[in-house]
Amino acid sequence: MRIKKTLKGLYAMWYREFKVFQREKSRVISSLFLPLLWFFIFGGSMGSMTTMGDNYKIFIFPGFLVMTIIFASMFNGAYIVWDKKVDFLKEVLIAPHSRSVAFFGKTLGGMTDCLLQSYILMFIGIFLKIPYTPVSFLLSMFLLFALAIGLVGMGLILGSFMDSPEGFGLISSLVVYPLFLFSGALYPLDKLPAWLKIITHIDPATYAVDGLRNVILGTSTHSFLFNLAVIACFDIFFVIAGTWAFKRMKL
Amino acid sequence: MGLSLTKILYMCIISVMNIIEIKNLTKKYEKITVVDDISLSIQKGEIFGLLGPNGAGKTTTLMMLSTLLKPSSGSAVINGFDVLKNPLEVRDSIGMVFQDPSSDTVLTAYENLKLHALLYDVPMKEIDARIEKVMTLVELNGKKHDIVKKYSGGMRRRMEIARGLLHEPGIFFLDEPTIGLDPQTREHIWQYIESLSRNNGMTIILTTHYMEEAEKLCNRIAIIDHGKIIALDSPKNLIASLGGDIVVLRGADAYIDENKLSFKVQAKKLDGCLKITLKDMNKNLQELLNNAKSVEAVEVHSANLNDVFLHYTGRDIRDENGEEETDDED
Ligand SMILES: Nc1ncnc2c1ncn2[C@@H]1O[C@H](COP(=O)(O)OP(=O)(O)OP(=O)(O)O)[C@@H](O)[C@H]1O
Ligand SMILES: [Mg+2]
Repeated sequence: MRIKKTLKGLYAMWYREFKVFQREKSRVISSLFLPLLWFFIFGGSMGSMTTMGDNYKIFIFPGFLVMTIIFASMFNGAYIVWDKKVDFLKEVLIAPHSRSVAFFGKTLGGMTDCLLQSYILMFIGIFLKIPYTPVSFLLSMFLLFALAIGLVGMGLILGSFMDSPEGFGLISSLVVYPLFLFSGALYPLDKLPAWLKIITHIDPATYAVDGLRNVILGTSTHSFLFNLAVIACFDIFFVIAGTWAFKRMKL
Repeated sequence: MGLSLTKILYMCIISVMNIIEIKNLTKKYEKITVVDDISLSIQKGEIFGLLGPNGAGKTTTLMMLSTLLKPSSGSAVINGFDVLKNPLEVRDSIGMVFQDPSSDTVLTAYENLKLHALLYDVPMKEIDARIEKVMTLVELNGKKHDIVKKYSGGMRRRMEIARGLLHEPGIFFLDEPTIGLDPQTREHIWQYIESLSRNNGMTIILTTHYMEEAEKLCNRIAIIDHGKIIALDSPKNLIASLGGDIVVLRGADAYIDENKLSFKVQAKKLDGCLKITLKDMNKNLQELLNNAKSVEAVEVHSANLNDVFLHYTGRDIRDENGEEETDDED
């Protein structure tokens, strides 16, 4: 009984998130525009300056799959601040469910948002001559799925601590861009000075980019499984931290 | 078999017991005490009103009763469940209409209600029928597929009342249910709240600072000021306890020579007038006026809850509210 109730509660929260997503199609389209712009302009021009040429574009493509997830997950976190402001959060928190159900429901909704965007970009990649195989395509989808769990959780945690949308803007620019830039999305990490390397090691996006390169391009620092395992650890950490953050969240 | 027996037993206990039992409930923010040692019991089927000016602590009290806010001390037991020990069961027993709008404006009304029904485990097959029923009640069924952003404030309010009823709660909290509604809709909502308590045995706790609303609707009223209950009774008894009707003598220096009167009055000096509680109006009014000085105008009305509030606090409830409806009844 309790389980059925909980599942319905999770579905309710997902339903809401999905409807909002449906109504904001322009947001989805614009979210794809930015990575494609980077891909063509940055990828094209930087590529011509290196020995890689057009291969550079393909080298950085996995970074943009990760980028869409980073952006979308933080945006999703910002939504909580909005929920607090318009009092919608009260409606969710007064329902007969525990705070962890609220957290998981929000996570599911946010993941749907992130992954749809990222998967659409992956699909566009076919036309950009990204050398997928059916297996690498599926493994990449799986890795992005794993990444989304942790990052959406992280966005929600940040959101749960914030009171105003302004504060969130600050945090996300201090979090979003570092996550992206330290992930090695745009350049090989082995050329970085040692102290910066340490930062790249604690960035979950690093392992996602590396894992994607492993399956799509066949070149990487670590094995696919190692990358996946590290991301799984991030996921566990953020899920536990997120449940805790939601339990202590005040209205 | 065993289950139904315990259920029957449970229902018996609940029916003798008070459905809401509040003991020494207190909420403090740092040093200020917002709800100050409130104790009260509410019976099943009652319409109970919390009446008080802005900042009295009405919303804070409801938030503690609905487990959204932790009390600093004291306890509350709702439908047999303690708000601190069994918050899930408490939330399962109640419905709530918040003071501020709490629906998602990006969704349609139907979607907001469906979301609510799912959250409260309404059987899947019943969801659409129930949405239709409650939306018809608030006369919005024809507009249920509109995006809430397009609703007016009053429509949104009605939609949120409908939403609170969707899961058919035994206890219904309404925080300022009719604020911002036109008189006609307000009347409508009142009738509806009354029928809920009469026909469904629903227990209703509402907050308001509309005297008329409290007087018409509530079986009992707690007047709160600065977080404290200063009077608790039925509207009738509260008004009767004043022991008379009200005479207002307008004029900045209006004055009455109490020593010359053959009866006792209570007189309170207010801004630009003198408010007097007078026994046996028909017999005594002439004598009172004969002993009044510097009076520019005289108003007479039968005592109402506003006068009760004034009596207990020395202030007019409307002083702090800005604009407010008038309550000249006779
Ligand atoms: N988070 C908070 N921190 C400090 N003080 C608070 C907080 N929330 C509410 N208060 C104070 O508590 C008091 C009671 O607020 P509450 O919202 O319960 O009043 P109310 O009776 O509902 O008033 P209204 O008629 O305006 O809705 C107010 O003085 C308010 O400033
Ligand atoms: Mg209030």
